[in-house]
Amino acid sequence: MAKKSWFLPAILGIVAIALPPFLGGYFQHILILVMMWVAMATGWNLLGGYCGQASLGSAAFFGLGAYGAGMLYLHWGISPWWGVIAGPLLAIVVAIPIGLVTFRLRGGYFVLSMLAVCETIRIIFLNWVEMSAGPLGIVIERTWGMEKLPYYYMVLAIAALSLYVVYRLMKSKFGYYFVSIREDQDAAEGLGIPSTKYKMYALIPCAGIIGLAGAFYMNYMAFIEPNTVFPLIISATMILSVMLGGPGTFWGPALGATIFVLLSELLRAFAGPVIGTIHYLIFALILVLVIMFLPNGIAGEGDKIKRLFRGKKPVYVGGE
Amino acid sequence: MALFGQTIICGFLMGGVYAVIAIGMTLILGVMKIINIGHGHLMMVAMYVCFALFTSLGLHPYIAMFVAMPCLFGIGYLLQRYSIHRVRFVDTILPQTQVLLTLAIGLVFVEIIRVIFKSDFRSVYTPFSSKCLYIGDMSISLPQLISFGIAMAFVAGLHILLTRTDFGRSIRATAQDLDAAKYMGVDALRVSSLTFGLGMALAAAGGALLLPIFYLFPDIGVPFTIKALIITILGGAGSTVGALSGGLVFGMAESLGAVYWAPGYKDVVGFVIFLLVLLFMPGGLKTVIKR
Repeated sequence: MAKKSWFLPAILGIVAIALPPFLGGYFQHILILVMMWVAMATGWNLLGGYCGQASLGSAAFFGLGAYGAGMLYLHWGISPWWGVIAGPLLAIVVAIPIGLVTFRLRGGYFVLSMLAVCETIRIIFLNWVEMSAGPLGIVIERTWGMEKLPYYYMVLAIAALSLYVVYRLMKSKFGYYFVSIREDQDAAEGLGIPSTKYKMYALIPCAGIIGLAGAFYMNYMAFIEPNTVFPLIISATMILSVMLGGPGTFWGPALGATIFVLLSELLRAFAGPVIGTIHYLIFALILVLVIMFLPNGIAGEGDKIKRLFRGKKPVYVGGE
Repeated sequence: MALFGQTIICGFLMGGVYAVIAIGMTLILGVMKIINIGHGHLMMVAMYVCFALFTSLGLHPYIAMFVAMPCLFGIGYLLQRYSIHRVRFVDTILPQTQVLLTLAIGLVFVEIIRVIFKSDFRSVYTPFSSKCLYIGDMSISLPQLISFGIAMAFVAGLHILLTRTDFGRSIRATAQDLDAAKYMGVDALRVSSLTFGLGMALAAAGGALLLPIFYLFPDIGVPFTIKALIITILGGAGSTVGALSGGLVFGMAESLGAVYWAPGYKDVVGFVIFLLVLLFMPGGLKTVIKR
């Protein structure tokens, strides 16, 4: 068992490092997106999957990360690469007071209040033109022009870092605390776990990781404006990736994000020319079906899927 | 002074319409114990139903409303019965699966509408869209006044339904204690499906009332979901009276914010209220009214 646990990641890592130089620009671009979403889904999974605080406003951290990088350039002309530090920092600084207030709520209220937080931040960034350039957005010059490979290795490092952070956290005492809060908050508090404090310990790395992905997005896309970095669809995509792969599992979010990006590109390439935005519709449908029939994701419901492929009747738990 | 009065009246009238939407959410929350994130999205579907009827048959939204409400009632009933309810008893890792499912369903409807109607902004111009009444220096927009009147009629009707009829009693019983209601012979699945339908029909009514005074595009739902949530929390979860008073207060606060602060920050006012209520009055207006 011990041998197997490092074998697959090592092979994946070698492929991820060695393969891209031989690919064309388009495929490198797709891989960059894959890695970006892997990092974001892994970050979301820490708070949403392990700690059970599913947030519908995580695009707020993404946007704050991106603006943390963009505003450095806008106001002081500092290279947006410093945003790799400033972006996550800004996301974390904003996340702390948000968490202190929203963690008073539970379940659905928490989910929606995070959506409200995200919308509010979007409106502030749209209207406070002196701070964020408002709807004009921020344009920077790309460091490596059309070259994609350096960006790829950057984002690969970010994805690896986020996986490492989550792995270490979940192997430590914190991981058990997070899971206990998800399973039964009252029981966890009864056992002496200060739940708000530990939710904060999950929120801070989560905001940092998603903010880091946002800062990278600023550097890679070279243009941001509030409606492209704070929309509901970014938060929803994080949820979709995690739900698809398996919430509360280590490799689930990465798997889900990979499937999501690849499928998205395929649909855009083949269905897009026929019926415009239909790929979003297909996603939303997939999300509904996944939640209804595979609520624990691909990684969480491995047995059910195996049974399906062996031609045996799958056993649906519950449902009348 | 005229400006202040004008602002208050405008906000009050708008608040009545918000209240109808929020009461739909409160009902669903009370009976099913979940927050319906797709609320605004389904309201948007109702608005497009009215819009389609307006462009094809020339029906006024206030009449088309009586087509849209049964439509949304049916959609809500079927969704709860065949989709959301299924997930309730499934053993999942995440506790909020039902809530996420409502989000996904909402997104499906947005994308269906986007494929059919495209993302363009649209509006419905009715014969009295720009008519006004004058009280001194203050003007009252006629469609807003009519919308408010119809909204209040719906609230009154709902109140009668909940307090005077057998079905209303079973809704309230289910909301208070699911198990006890089941022992008393209430068909919980039927009640929750009908309640979800009813909540959606109220959202549809709110959407149709907004149509003559507002514009329309597929992503219009999210702000309204958030408004309904803020009103629900402001009024106190699960309380219809709370949602009504919360809606009126919220409408006025938003209107004051738009006039005296900045129109762009109108939606931030709601969020500030949300934070203040959570920090200082976690029970909402419900607790104040009861006292």
